Amino acid sequence: MRFALAPEQRDFAGSLRKICETAGTPNIVRSWSGGDHRGGRGLIRQLAGAGALGLIVDERYGGFGATPVDLVVACVEFGRAAVPGPLVETAAVIPALLQALPDPAPAQRWLPALAEGTVLGTIGPAADQPALDADTAEVVLAVDGDRLSAAHRIGPIRSVDAARRLFSTAADETVAEGDGVRAAAAAAFDAGVLAVAAQTLGAGRALLDTSVSYVKQRRQFGKPIGQYQAVKHHLANVLIGLEMAEPLLYRAALSVAGDDPDIRARDVSAAKVACADAAYRAARTALQVHGAIGYTAEFDLSLWLTKVMALRTAWGTGDFHRGRVAAALRAERGAA
Amino acid sequence: MDLDFDSGAEEFRAEVREFLRANVPATPLPSMDTRAGFEAHRAWERTMAEARLSVVAWPAEFGGRDASLLEWVLFEEEYYAAGAPGRVSQNGIFLLAPTLFEHGSPEQLGRILPRMARGDDIWAQAWSEPEAGSDLAGIRSTARRTTGGWILDGQKTWSSRAAYADWAFGLFRSDPDAERHRGLTYVMFPLTADGVTVRPIPQLDGEPGFAELFLDSVFVPDRDVIGEPHNGWQVAMATSSNERGLSLRSPGRFTATARRLLDLWRETADPADTAARNAVVDCWIGAEAYRLATWGTVTRLAEGGKLGAESSVNKVFWSDLDIGLHETALDLLGAAAERSGPWTDGYLFSLAGPIYAGTNEIQRNIVAERLLGLPR
Ligand SMILES: Cc1cc2nc3c(=O)[nH]c(=O)nc-3n(C[C@H](O)[C@H](O)[C@H](O)COP(=O)(O)OP(=O)(O)OC[C@H]3O[C@@H](n4cnc5c(N)ncnc54)[C@H](O)[C@@H]3O)c2cc1C
Repeated sequence: MRFALAPEQRDFAGSLRKICETAGTPNIVRSWSGGDHRGGRGLIRQLAGAGALGLIVDERYGGFGATPVDLVVACVEFGRAAVPGPLVETAAVIPALLQALPDPAPAQRWLPALAEGTVLGTIGPAADQPALDADTAEVVLAVDGDRLSAAHRIGPIRSVDAARRLFSTAADETVAEGDGVRAAAAAAFDAGVLAVAAQTLGAGRALLDTSVSYVKQRRQFGKPIGQYQAVKHHLANVLIGLEMAEPLLYRAALSVAGDDPDIRARDVSAAKVACADAAYRAARTALQVHGAIGYTAEFDLSLWLTKVMALRTAWGTGDFHRGRVAAALRAERGAA
Repeated sequence: MDLDFDSGAEEFRAEVREFLRANVPATPLPSMDTRAGFEAHRAWERTMAEARLSVVAWPAEFGGRDASLLEWVLFEEEYYAAGAPGRVSQNGIFLLAPTLFEHGSPEQLGRILPRMARGDDIWAQAWSEPEAGSDLAGIRSTARRTTGGWILDGQKTWSSRAAYADWAFGLFRSDPDAERHRGLTYVMFPLTADGVTVRPIPQLDGEPGFAELFLDSVFVPDRDVIGEPHNGWQVAMATSSNERGLSLRSPGRFTATARRLLDLWRETADPADTAARNAVVDCWIGAEAYRLATWGTVTRLAEGGKLGAESSVNKVFWSDLDIGLHETALDLLGAAAERSGPWTDGYLFSLAGPIYAGTNEIQRNIVAERLLGLPR
């Protein structure tokens, strides 16, 4: 039993964090929101160069054959820096989907370029979710029941987070069909839920860090507002929520690596609920402790606030995921 | 990263499970806050001691198993899953003993620990005073030097199980001129000593779960002082992070309660009632989160880390979780929630969680100042 990240995994997180810091994500996010993807694509290629996109892609398709835990490590950093783009789709969902198909051809066709970060992929609808960033992604897929198709975009649909550019899709050529698609799509959905939970937690961490430095420096009534107990207790609650959500996330990553689909579904949903709630609390609190400046679009905090608000319901609402956990727990009757 | 236990840990877990299966009383013991219940719980401590399972984490020479933290957590999981009785000796084994291991003399260890392990001496914690609750350094009860020992005077209160316990430990002001945190001495005294009066105080459930202690010229020999005189605050701090952290509230307690809540939900709830469903799921997620966070702590400590201010994160979390578990159960029970029974008893007890072991307001201050670095 060793329930902690390995030193190499911490180093990996550190190197991704450094890349994002150097790139300065806020400007990249703002351009991305306006449809200029150059900066974002450059950053994503750099992240891919550090190994962040091909983590769960098999070595035979040009990936790293790493574990879902590694995927979580990367996605937490994507969220911390608010990196824009269809990262969950490119790094988690499409690899999980294509590698679970009985026919290896689609994986051979798309995964090497996706792992390299030179090509982005998106998929929709996944859990009623429109396709994210279908205006820049080269690979657009759609799943409908037991049919997987290449697709083209229709839209756009505005998200509360301007950096999430959403589109409906219309199917073109069929890529795969049959029960295999259904099972692969289920596994891919869980990989997506895991990755988005990680991204959400990372954004929550960033919101807490920003809040802590702000309240140490902002003064009212002659002292830093961080000295007031009401502010302290808000932020303490945020930390407690994030600290207690994180272990569920790593547990879910272990379950995704395992071979029991019920436990996998239960644990990714539990992680999604806890990470979304913790990050949402971080967002609400961050806005509150920043006062009016937090309510402006000019101030960079807004980029994380709207991201968390979008991710809270993306890939399944809290109610949906609680329902999945409940179904798994009901089925466990007598098992424990 | 993994959650797999080695065969040694699994064997130990199997032995514990077998012992509990064979020995846990079929009908729950009466409340340990009653005289009869207290003695029944003491007898249970003896039964466990005979199997050398009452203090598994202690060294073998004092009745333990030298169990690792990981094995202890597994022990606790099994213990609560089996519905075994509450630990009447918990103040001693989880609060005083760690202090003694760190600061006690060999003579104290040899004299005190084996009796504690068998339940021969049940210990009460005598820290709080009427004027010193959260601000523990404000205590006024005194220890005055005399030949061969100290004379205690003053009043302690809210002392759990002191109504029936044998001994108590606590802090006394020994140097009135020193700063608040200096000049305190950590002392042990028998509750039957001359000059000690114990007044039981009924709690919300009507049973005398704690008591007030009046001390009138109580003599304590030097050998019952822990650590250096006047250095009691430092000695006591070792105990308090234990109290908030793992040792008082192992996750086994909450995973077992969550399991009972799931059973109640499956038996009573309308599957279409999504509000009830969501509340139950949140409880399960909370218990699971706390359990997993503990495995993280176990790993960190096994690799040489120290349990610091993060035990305050635990404290706030488990106390809120405990209330949530019980409130949810009461909601499921509906009008039947009014009738006394395990869920109402557990609910009343859970309400004390945010108050004892350092109130949650104090814990949030610690989290904000020590973990987030906010100004004092
Ligand atoms: C069931 C139970 C068992 C107990 N067992 C024991 C025992 O065995 N031995 C023992 O010694 N004691 C025991 N206690 C006492 C417990 O440790 C104290 O109740 C606790 O320390 C709080 O002190 P108080 O009750 O005097 O409340 P106070 O300190 O008077 O606090 C009252 C309220 O004010 C708030 N408050 C106080 N100071 C601050 C601050 N600085 N910032 C923000 N809010 C603040 C508190 O959080 C609380 O909400 C027990 C209590 C309970 C309920």
